[in-house]
Amino acid sequence: MNSDVTQIAQQVNSLYDFLLITSGIACAILIFGMIYFAVKYKRKTNNDKTPYISHNSFLEFLWSFIPLVIFMIVFAWGWIIYHEMRKFPKDSLEVHVTAKQWQWDFTYKSGKTSANEFYVPVNKPVKLIMTSMDVIHSFYIPSMKIKQDVVPGRYSALGFKAEKLGEFYVFCTEFCGTAHSAMMAKLKVVSQADYEKWLQETDEGLSMAQLGAKYYNEKGCVACHSLDGSKRVGPSWKGLFGMKDHEMEGGEKLIADENYIRTSILNSQDKIVKGYGPRSAMPAYQGQLNEKEVAALIEYIKELK
Amino acid sequence: MGSLSDKNYLNEFPGIWSWLTTLDHKRIGLMYLGAVMFFFLVGGIMALLMRLELFAPGGQIFSGDGYNQVLTYHGAIMVFMVIIPGIPAVLGNFFLPIQIGAKDVAFPKLNLASWYVFMSGALLAVTTFFTTKIDTGWTFYTPYSIRTQTAVVTMVLAVFIMGMSSILTGLNFIVTVHKLRAPGMTMFRIPLFVWAIYSTAIIQVLATPILGITVLLLAAEKILGIGVFDPKLGGDPVLFQHFFWFYSHPAVYIMILPAMGIISELIATFSRKTIFGYTAIAFSSIGIAAVSFFVWGHHMFVSGQSEFAGVVFSFITMLVGVPTAIKMFNWLATLYRGSISFEAPMLYALGFLFLFAIGGVTGIMLASIGLDVAFHDTYFVVAHFHYVMVGGTLMALMGGIYYWLPKMFGKMYNELWAQISFVFIFIGFNVTFFPQFILGEKGMPRRYFDYVIPYESLNRVSTVGSWLIAIGFVISLIVIIQSLRKGAKAPANPWGGKTLEWTVTSPPPHHNFDVEPVITAGPYEYR
Repeated sequence: MNSDVTQIAQQVNSLYDFLLITSGIACAILIFGMIYFAVKYKRKTNNDKTPYISHNSFLEFLWSFIPLVIFMIVFAWGWIIYHEMRKFPKDSLEVHVTAKQWQWDFTYKSGKTSANEFYVPVNKPVKLIMTSMDVIHSFYIPSMKIKQDVVPGRYSALGFKAEKLGEFYVFCTEFCGTAHSAMMAKLKVVSQADYEKWLQETDEGLSMAQLGAKYYNEKGCVACHSLDGSKRVGPSWKGLFGMKDHEMEGGEKLIADENYIRTSILNSQDKIVKGYGPRSAMPAYQGQLNEKEVAALIEYIKELK
Repeated sequence: MGSLSDKNYLNEFPGIWSWLTTLDHKRIGLMYLGAVMFFFLVGGIMALLMRLELFAPGGQIFSGDGYNQVLTYHGAIMVFMVIIPGIPAVLGNFFLPIQIGAKDVAFPKLNLASWYVFMSGALLAVTTFFTTKIDTGWTFYTPYSIRTQTAVVTMVLAVFIMGMSSILTGLNFIVTVHKLRAPGMTMFRIPLFVWAIYSTAIIQVLATPILGITVLLLAAEKILGIGVFDPKLGGDPVLFQHFFWFYSHPAVYIMILPAMGIISELIATFSRKTIFGYTAIAFSSIGIAAVSFFVWGHHMFVSGQSEFAGVVFSFITMLVGVPTAIKMFNWLATLYRGSISFEAPMLYALGFLFLFAIGGVTGIMLASIGLDVAFHDTYFVVAHFHYVMVGGTLMALMGGIYYWLPKMFGKMYNELWAQISFVFIFIGFNVTFFPQFILGEKGMPRRYFDYVIPYESLNRVSTVGSWLIAIGFVISLIVIIQSLRKGAKAPANPWGGKTLEWTVTSPPPHHNFDVEPVITAGPYEYR
C-alpha cells in the first residue's frame, strides 16, 4: 500500500521515522544496557558484596529531562500534523458520506450517488461530510493515514488532497458488528476529465445482469456474499442459481430458483441456508429494493456459474 | 499432628469450609489465584481461537458473529477477571500485609466479602456465555451496545459487581497501609511493591465508581430508554466513550502499576542490591496514578472531540511518559554493579524490561496526536497494549508467582523447566505481537474477522507465535502443579530477599509473625 498519496501521509511518515529512530535508540540503551550489566555483573559467589547506591540526582535529572524534551518535540510535531489534517480549504469538493451497517454511501452535489466506491479528481482538496444511520463507524484511508469516526446524529468531517492517481482502500475502523471487517469501500483518484465522465455516467444501456453487478456492490451484498465460492458472513453466490437439494436450517431441501432468491433477499429470515442459522445475520430488504433491482440481482446471480 | 512449629496458614485449619469462611488474607489471596488462573485459561483459549481464525483471510472456524463474541469475551475476561484482579488481589492480598509487618489487612471480613462479590460478578458474566452471549467488544460502545440483541445488560451488571469488589479491595489496602504498619515501618521504608499496590488502590477507589455509574446508565438506557447515550432519543453516544475511558484509562494503570511494583522487588533481590532511586520510583507510582485521571481523551482523538481537547490530552499523555521512563532507568541503574543471578523470576523481570521498553516507546508514538489518527483502532494499538499488558503485567505476574511460590506454598519449583517456559513465552510473545505493529502500520484495523490479502503473511507469523506462548504457559502450569505435588521443601529465604516476608517461615504462620517485627532500616538493605 503506497503511502505518499498526500502531503499529510508524507508528514505522518516523517514523524513516524523520527519516532522509530529515537525509540530505537531508547530501546537500545535500555535493552543493551540491561544485557551488558547482566553479563558483566553476573553473580560470582554467593557472598558478593554490592555497593550501596541510593540515588544520583544528576543522572536522575538527565533521564527525566531528556525524555521530556523528546516527548515535547513529538507532541508539538504531532499537533502540527493534526492541525493540517483538520484544515478544510474553501474550494474543497464536498461529498456527503452516509455509513450504515455495513455499507458506505456517497452523495455528490450533482445528485450522483454511489455505494462502496467513490471517485475524486487528483490534486483537488476533498471534504467528506459524514454521518451514520445506525451505530458509530469510522472512515479510514490507510494509504492517506487519516481516519475520522462517523457518528449517528451529527456530522463529522474528513479532508484530504490526493496527489497521485490510483485506487485506495477505505476500511471501517470502529467496531460495528457482524460484517465490520467487510465494510470496505474503494477510493478512486482519477483525472479531472475521468471524474467528470464518471459523474455523468448513468445506468442507461446496461444489461440486467450488469445492473445486478452494480447493485451487488451498491446495496451492500458484497459485504457478506462472495462470488468465488468462499464462505463469508453469508453463503457465496457462485453456482447458487438452479442448485438442487439446497439444504436449509431445519433440513428442508429446495431448488434455488427465482422465487427462492426473491424470498431470501426480501425476507431473509424465511429461508436460512444450513450452517448460517438459527437467525440470519442479513437484514430484510423488503421495502429497500424495488422490483427492477431484485430482478437485476437475480439475473446477475444466474450468470455466476 | 505435628508440633506447634509445623503449623502454618495452610494446615492450621483443615477442610474446605475453613477456606470458604477464612478471614486470612493469605488464603483469600490464594482463592483469588485459583479464580484468576482459571479465567486466564479460558481467556487464553479464546485468544488462541482468534489467532486460528486469523491464520488466513476468509472464514476459518467462526462466523463473523462468532468471532465478535470470542473477541468480546477474550477482552472482557482478560481485563476484568485476570489483569485487574491479577496482581493486587492475588499477590497484593498475600504480601502487602506481610511486607509492612501486619497480621492481616485492616478489614479481613471485607476482604473475604470482596472475594465473594468478585466471584458472583464473574459467574454472572459467565452465564451470558450460555444465553445470547455478547458481541460489543469489552468497551461496550454505544449505540452498538444499545442496538445489539446480545446480553449486554447482564454483562455490564457483572462488570458493576466486579467493580464493587475492586473498590472494596482498594479501600482495604489503603487503610492497611496507613494504619497497620509495624513499629518503625515509616512510609519511606515500605517496599516498592507496597507503594505500587497503594497507588493502584487509590485509583481503584476513585475511578471504579465512574465505571459503575456508566454501566448502570447503559443498562438503564437499554431497559428504559432514558435517552442519555442513544442518538435516536437525543442522547450522545460519544458521551459514553468519555465516561468509559474516564475509568478505563486509569484502569490501565490499575493493571500496570502493581506489575512495576513486582519488578522493583525482583530486580533488587536478584541483583542483591539496594534499589536505585527508591523515592523517585515511589513518587513515580503516585505521579502516574494522579496523571492517569487526565488522559482519557487520548482514546478519542478521532471520535469527534474538539481539536483543542485532543491537543491537551496528547500533551498530558506525554507527561505520563516521564515517570515511566524514570522507573525504567532506575531499574537499569539498580543492575549496575549488582550481583545478578538468573532464576526464573529474574528472567521474567528482565523480559519485562525488554518488552515494556517496546510497549512504552510505542505508547509515545500513539500519544502523538497526528500519528494516532493514523494508528488508532489498528493492529498497532493491539500490539502496543499487548506489549504493555502481557509483556508488562503478565510477565511481572508470572515472575511474581515464581518468586513467591516458595513462600506461598513452602515448596520449590523446577528451575530448569520454569526457565524453559519463560523462553517459550518470551519468544512466542514477540513472534505473536511484533508483526502486529507492522500490520497496524500498514493499516489493518483491529476487531477484524477477515482481512485483505496483503495482510496474510504477517497474520500467519502471529498465529504461529500464539502457539509458542501456549506451550510456554502449559509448561508453566505443569511446573507449578508439580511443585505443589512434590517440590522440595522451601527454606524461609531462598533468594536472599530483604523484605519482611523472607523473615518468616515458608509457608508463613497463620498470623504472619510470631513476634511483631520492629523496623530499623529501609526495605533493600544489601550492604
